[in-house]
Amino acid sequence: MVKVNQNRSNPFPKKLSTTLIWLVFITYLVYLINSFGLEWTRFVDGLSYANTLIERMMPPNFSRWELLLDGLWESIEISVIASSLGIFLSLFFGLFAARNLMPIYVSAPVRVFIALCRSFHPIIIAILFVKSVGFGALAGILTLIVASIGFIAKLFAESIEEISSKQIEAIKSTGASFGSIIIFSVLPQVFSRFIGFSTYQFDSNLRNSTMIGIVGAGGLGGTLFSAFQRFDYDFVAAILITIVSVILFWEFLSNVIRRIFT
Amino acid sequence: MNNINHSWERFTVRERLSRTIVYVISVITFVWSLKTVEIIPEFLYDAPEQMADLFTRMWPIDFAFYPIKVHDALIETVNIATLGTLTAILMSIPLAIMSASNIVKNPISHWVARFFLVSSRSVNSLIWALFFVAIFGPGVIAGVLAIGFRSIGFIGKLLGEALEEVNMGSVEALRSTGTSWPIIMIKAYWPQVKPAFVSIILFRWDINVRESAVLGMVGAGGIGVVINDSLNLFEWQRVSISLLTIFVLVILAEILVVSIRKRLI
Repeated sequence: MVKVNQNRSNPFPKKLSTTLIWLVFITYLVYLINSFGLEWTRFVDGLSYANTLIERMMPPNFSRWELLLDGLWESIEISVIASSLGIFLSLFFGLFAARNLMPIYVSAPVRVFIALCRSFHPIIIAILFVKSVGFGALAGILTLIVASIGFIAKLFAESIEEISSKQIEAIKSTGASFGSIIIFSVLPQVFSRFIGFSTYQFDSNLRNSTMIGIVGAGGLGGTLFSAFQRFDYDFVAAILITIVSVILFWEFLSNVIRRIFT
Repeated sequence: MNNINHSWERFTVRERLSRTIVYVISVITFVWSLKTVEIIPEFLYDAPEQMADLFTRMWPIDFAFYPIKVHDALIETVNIATLGTLTAILMSIPLAIMSASNIVKNPISHWVARFFLVSSRSVNSLIWALFFVAIFGPGVIAGVLAIGFRSIGFIGKLLGEALEEVNMGSVEALRSTGTSWPIIMIKAYWPQVKPAFVSIILFRWDINVRESAVLGMVGAGGIGVVINDSLNLFEWQRVSISLLTIFVLVILAEILVVSIRKRLI
């Protein structure tokens, strides 16, 4: 009879290093909860507040719809202008940051600039712009342009670096100028991805434009923040419902656009 | 004789038409927005002066302020980001499983999960913070929950997509042995999504460090509180030290994430 050996050693033995990492992690977690002074009673107290908050939010109050619509239009205007200009500028920055098209002394400084645009949160950039160009939509537009460059130009540069060089060589061998090489060999290869990035960036600009109003850079955020400060929670609920539905609508629209361009 | 049509068109008429419509509509919205947006041009003229004024006020950077307040706030910022990410993981895993169509076949659970994920993503973390400050009062709890609720949508969506791309072979193999449902999750799905899971978490943690740095603007703890206080008192030199430390923190976080990812994947 065949005898099966049941006492095999585990083919996947536990590593000491993984156990150590888990131990360090758990100690960190305990330290975290201690340092925050998180207490269960405070959490439970909060839940009863949450209950009253939700009661005061219901039903959403759309009676000041003119104010709501004003803020919404401004948010949409800010994000349309900022996305258009930001994507247009990112085209050039992305091109200059691509290491396969540009020499290192061009691409390196452009890359540093893009990284700088990305490293600060839009709110912080908005504070600086509100100080320099005053309250209102202009500060919001400039903020979101900077944010768009930081994100889109990086993705553009990465997708340009991934293209095949064969088409570039083919066009180059006909004696085409640099501009023609870009238009006829580089852009066709990356165009559909650019559309994808651009629709995503518009989405994220729309979301951010509802937030930068908190520091006075225009848009629906200002309306939302003052509603919070006046404890008009039913109006807050109305604003939030509007934001979520606008973003859902854009998600639908961007799917249509992406289908057209692929 | 041989009449071959040599003209070649890349796109069909319908494709060209729909593309032109998209172009025209986007140009019209752009021009319309430019015309209707309220910009006060007088503010623009002295922008360079104001900018120069800002930087002279920020200089010299007040390094002596760092040990007094900035250091503790910075640690708190990182802690908020970490704990917030952990909270988000706990809440997003069930939603991710519910939204993956190869695990749960029920379309209702699909739509419920989608709804929660989308509403979590479309509300900004600062707005979540406003909410939780209203509920729990100013402090770190509001910050942790704001970061957590904003991250649910992100982690849940990407994890759900990773679960849907799993190779079903090992799942079928385990199922054919009559294994129970939790074992299939742990032994068939989990090993396949583990690399994606780790990189999603690391990516989100990196974003959360940046976001928790500004949550204090609405009173939810972290270094944003220090920035907000200094801004209200016009102490721009203290603002500049806070901004500088945030910049260093963000770069360190990115280096950490990249090195962990290299080692694990």
